[in-house]
Amino acid sequence: MKKIEAVIKPFKLDEVKDKLNEIGIQGITVTEVKGFGRQKGHTELYRGAEYVVDFLPKIKMEIVIADDRLDEVVSTITKAAQTGRIGDGKIFISNIEDTIRIRTAERGEDAI
Amino acid sequence: MQIIFPDYQSKSKHIWRVIGLLFFLLALLPSPAMAEDASILNSGDTAWMLTATALVLFMTIPGLSLFYAGMVRSKNVLSVLMQCFAITSLMTVLWVLYAYSIAFGGDGPFWGGLSKVFLKGVGVDTLSGSIPETVFMTFQMTFAVITPALIVGAFAERMKFSAMLIFMAIWVTIVYAPICHWVWGGGGWLGNKGILDFAGGTVVHINAGMAGLVAAIILGKRKGYPATHMPPHNLGYTLMGASMLWVGWFGFNAGSELAADGVAGMAMAVTQIATAAAALGWMFIEWAKHGKPSVLGIASGAVAGLVAITPASGAVGPMGALAIGFASGVGCFFASTVIKHALGYDDSLDVFGIHAVGGIIGAILTGVFCAESLGGAGFGGDITSISGQVSVQLIGVTATLIYTGVVSAIILKVLDGVMGIRVSEDEETEGLDISLHNERGYIISN
Repeated sequence: MKKIEAVIKPFKLDEVKDKLNEIGIQGITVTEVKGFGRQKGHTELYRGAEYVVDFLPKIKMEIVIADDRLDEVVSTITKAAQTGRIGDGKIFISNIEDTIRIRTAERGEDAI
Repeated sequence: MQIIFPDYQSKSKHIWRVIGLLFFLLALLPSPAMAEDASILNSGDTAWMLTATALVLFMTIPGLSLFYAGMVRSKNVLSVLMQCFAITSLMTVLWVLYAYSIAFGGDGPFWGGLSKVFLKGVGVDTLSGSIPETVFMTFQMTFAVITPALIVGAFAERMKFSAMLIFMAIWVTIVYAPICHWVWGGGGWLGNKGILDFAGGTVVHINAGMAGLVAAIILGKRKGYPATHMPPHNLGYTLMGASMLWVGWFGFNAGSELAADGVAGMAMAVTQIATAAAALGWMFIEWAKHGKPSVLGIASGAVAGLVAITPASGAVGPMGALAIGFASGVGCFFASTVIKHALGYDDSLDVFGIHAVGGIIGAILTGVFCAESLGGAGFGGDITSISGQVSVQLIGVTATLIYTGVVSAIILKVLDGVMGIRVSEDEETEGLDISLHNERGYIISN
């Protein structure tokens, strides 16, 4: 099993979620995060005090899938989340040792 | 024409009808004009002053409270609300115990004495001019509430709640009430000189602003200031609070006439005009200087206008109000940005930059625009020229700055020695809400 962590632009969340639905992905977990890579921040001004804000709001999606679906899911996310501009985000892939469904105690790929 | 009375009963009814008609006609005659008698209760004045009192209280809770709360970091939102609410309660009690007497109890030049402690002599039917004295006393109380509450902005996010309460109790006693007496109390020395301070440019704003500056310096800068980014956590609150201040200020200025009359009407009009001019002034100058108009800027500008028109509201006309408002919006912008950053003190919420500077601009321009040639209501006391009036205004400004600056500093230094006035570093980092009040302002995960 593989875990995909995708950090994407917040407004892309619905599009990515819909495209994943279309290829039958059953579940995702989403957190609101902030971060930056090469996309620089912006300045904010309060009563003449100017600050550079490095961090930008992002969405992190975590999905666990069977090994044989990896490429399909990665390319779906990439196509849906892309704008072509700096700040589109990144995808990280790691190995998952096991998955358990809490309701039924099933383990392994059946639990995904 | 012969009137036919069919029987005895009809005749008697008819006579009563005629008598009734005669009384009706008599009632229609215009009654002789009643001369205004100052010792008779005027229900119009009283109704307005009851309302004005509520409006001014609303300025503090929740107007000023929200204005400030939105500007601090989220971990300190409750501490500011708590400070304003507690000050409201504490000042109320002290005012009726003795501070009203110090301000309005007698005719000395510097203080009003103790003849009205515990509100002695102020009963249900006691009058103060054309309104009940209870109403006058409560109206003035709301001023004694908001003035210390203004200072909160200068020491926000780092002052001990206990020390703050004690500071405020002493401050209202030996700073606010005496200065109030100097300007508005019978025999007060500034009032006698002919100072024009209709609703408290000196008594409230320069006073609180200077005390705030002193407090900001003595307490020291917030940890991490100015390198750390400390933006307002909820500008929505700030704008809502500024709006409540704007509306409530009609009670503050128009209510200071203590009557429902033309002067009050003009006070309301000039208040509105100056505030709008100041809001636009700050907005445009910030837009020109920094490229974008901001919510914090327009809200601050409006408050700067409200402050500046405060002393002028009984003495200037609409065009004077435009000038005063615009001058304050622009002047306070520079005081709160360029000058503050250049001098380096951490007046967290710009109490000096808006209230002291705005109050000074307003006090001086009152001396100019009160002139009848400029649409004003005329000079104060025996004064006959703009330069004469401005001199008296400057005396008031200077006396207030010096007295409040020195005495506030002494109180703070003594308190700091006795009990410490600043929270510990850990408490400041954690946030005052959790450290001093064991509460969180926002519990989102629920």
